Amino acid sequence: MRDVAVVSFAQSKSVRADPVQNEVEILMPVIQEAVANSGIPAKEIGFTCSGSADYLAGQPFAFVYGLEAIGAWPPVRESHVEADGAWALYEAWVLLQEGEIDAALIYGFGKSSPGSLRDVLTRQLDPYYLAPLWPDAISLAALQARALLESTENTERDMAEVAARSRRDGKANPNAQLTGDFDPDALLKEPYIASPLRKHDCAPISDGAAAVVLATGDRARAVSKRPAWIRGIDHRVEPHYPGVRDLTRSPSTRIAAEKAGALDGTFDVAELYAPFTHQELILRDALGLAKPNGTKINPSGGALAANPMMAAGLIRIGEAATRITNGEANRAIAHATSGPCLQQNLVAVLEGE
Amino acid sequence: MNSDPVELIQTPIRLEYNYTPGVSRSRYLQGLIGGRILGERCERCHKVYVGGGSGACARDGIPMSDIVELPHVGTVTSFCVVNVPFAGATVEIPYTMAAILLDGADIPINGLIQEISADQVRMGLRVEAVWVPEAERTYTDTIRHWRPTGEDDAPIDEVLKRMRAGA
Amino acid sequence: MAGAKDTEVLTALHVLEYPYKRSVGPVIGRFLTGLRDRKIEGIRASDGRVLVPPVEYDPQTAQELSEFVDVGPGGVVTTWTWLHEARSNNPLQKPFAWALIKLDGADTALLHAVDAESEAAMKTGMRVKPRWRAERAGHILDIECFEPEA
Repeated sequence: MRDVAVVSFAQSKSVRADPVQNEVEILMPVIQEAVANSGIPAKEIGFTCSGSADYLAGQPFAFVYGLEAIGAWPPVRESHVEADGAWALYEAWVLLQEGEIDAALIYGFGKSSPGSLRDVLTRQLDPYYLAPLWPDAISLAALQARALLESTENTERDMAEVAARSRRDGKANPNAQLTGDFDPDALLKEPYIASPLRKHDCAPISDGAAAVVLATGDRARAVSKRPAWIRGIDHRVEPHYPGVRDLTRSPSTRIAAEKAGALDGTFDVAELYAPFTHQELILRDALGLAKPNGTKINPSGGALAANPMMAAGLIRIGEAATRITNGEANRAIAHATSGPCLQQNLVAVLEGE
Repeated sequence: MNSDPVELIQTPIRLEYNYTPGVSRSRYLQGLIGGRILGERCERCHKVYVGGGSGACARDGIPMSDIVELPHVGTVTSFCVVNVPFAGATVEIPYTMAAILLDGADIPINGLIQEISADQVRMGLRVEAVWVPEAERTYTDTIRHWRPTGEDDAPIDEVLKRMRAGA
Repeated sequence: MAGAKDTEVLTALHVLEYPYKRSVGPVIGRFLTGLRDRKIEGIRASDGRVLVPPVEYDPQTAQELSEFVDVGPGGVVTTWTWLHEARSNNPLQKPFAWALIKLDGADTALLHAVDAESEAAMKTGMRVKPRWRAERAGHILDIECFEPEA
């Protein structure tokens, strides 16, 4: 295996709605910052891979248009996933293993504000049994939350505490959107949106973008004083229909973590993409982080503080890498999810040298 | 009741969005409402793009630096003759849609050619904009069509060579 | 960005509309044909479990499945949520529950709407039965919703 590291990461500030800029205008400064900070000339980046979803803003082939932000001339080697940028990073990591190139640019972007996100997300569901009912994303997550609460020791208070901690930690993150000090007891007095989920259990709706530059071996050492090495990365998917899954567990996260080497040893930081509070509880259980063990969970505030769709998973990798590069952490887990009720999960292990 | 096995289902999708064209495209559209055609120049490749882009130079991936007001006159660089009526179309067939390179621009915009029969349209034809009267303009209806200026044709090989320079 | 500040930014309504028709294939087609006749069928997986709604291939072994099994029509709610405000395309246009429902004879749960009087009338483990639409076309919405068994 070739050693591959995150050498640069940039993200936009997440906002509830950016009525002014189009996706390219949001993305362009983020990509420029990531490439400039990587120390690798743009023309020496051998591969570009992006993650986005056309339905978010309702513009078919929006990712082709997104390419304007990178300057695809002379023609560049490029690919795209209709998924979070974390999966684009996985594709780039695989290509870097081939040995032909030594640096790659990955970006993810999502402008969820033009549509109604929870309804737009029904379009990712199977078109025969589920999509015709239009079961919105919050309702599906609520089915999972109730199943968890009724079959485990977890409580609505545990969920409110996840929200309060995320928003509190988000105060230190200049790119976060929903931050501040909240009392879990007060949060629990709020009404349900889809019981047992209240507003604070759901990630905010965000517009935003993120970009990462990966480099291999000596190239990474030459441009970064402390590269964040990807020691393992894997992703797994479960059956689609929610009624065939045990929604209270995340076996796909567990297997991905095992394959990525994330179940061995200890971690300073875990950045988990949990767009709903109860999903953090499920993920921590799958990753062996259910009980406090010294691993700091989501110091960035996580998706509950900012959730730009198709970028929020890539941001988890970037946030974990940043903490390694700046010396705050030596070993970190980054996780991304996709699909309804944690259907698909990606786990990466990052380390300093 | 029907006893045939079900082979097809209807799965209609309808979603409403609040579309934002962005800074650059908004400026282009507002220019047209005011009877101006605004292009943008890239400081790196010096090319002038027009037509309501993303705000980026698609070659260099950097924000466009200068706004350039372009004349309402250009050269047909390519065209097609439409012989099939589209639903909702108001133009009589056959008609011509053309790529029009405005003088001073490096990328053509698309336009409907009228006031000349479709079989007379050619690459190199010089055309000018015919505007919807200012009071009647909407964001989707500004330049009504393009018509021949009556000038001699532009030397098309040179025009194309200039447009494709550096490509 | 050049001149960004002096430009008023525009927005417009943008409607995305696709009138798709989909081929359903033999397994989903048989299930939907059954719904038209007020009948619910599952399919037996390689391990003997009955999957509802039926799928073409075994989720664990990818083996092609073909043994249909009558299930329901009643069943048990395994988890649920109460939606205070229905979304505009939902089967019921009033406060209602979404539920995963394990139909009698099935080993997996079907997602559908439940028309209950209030959130207090919902409970995991409760029994529900389908309410059939009078006009049925061979579609998941031939079941208008489920309702509590009397």
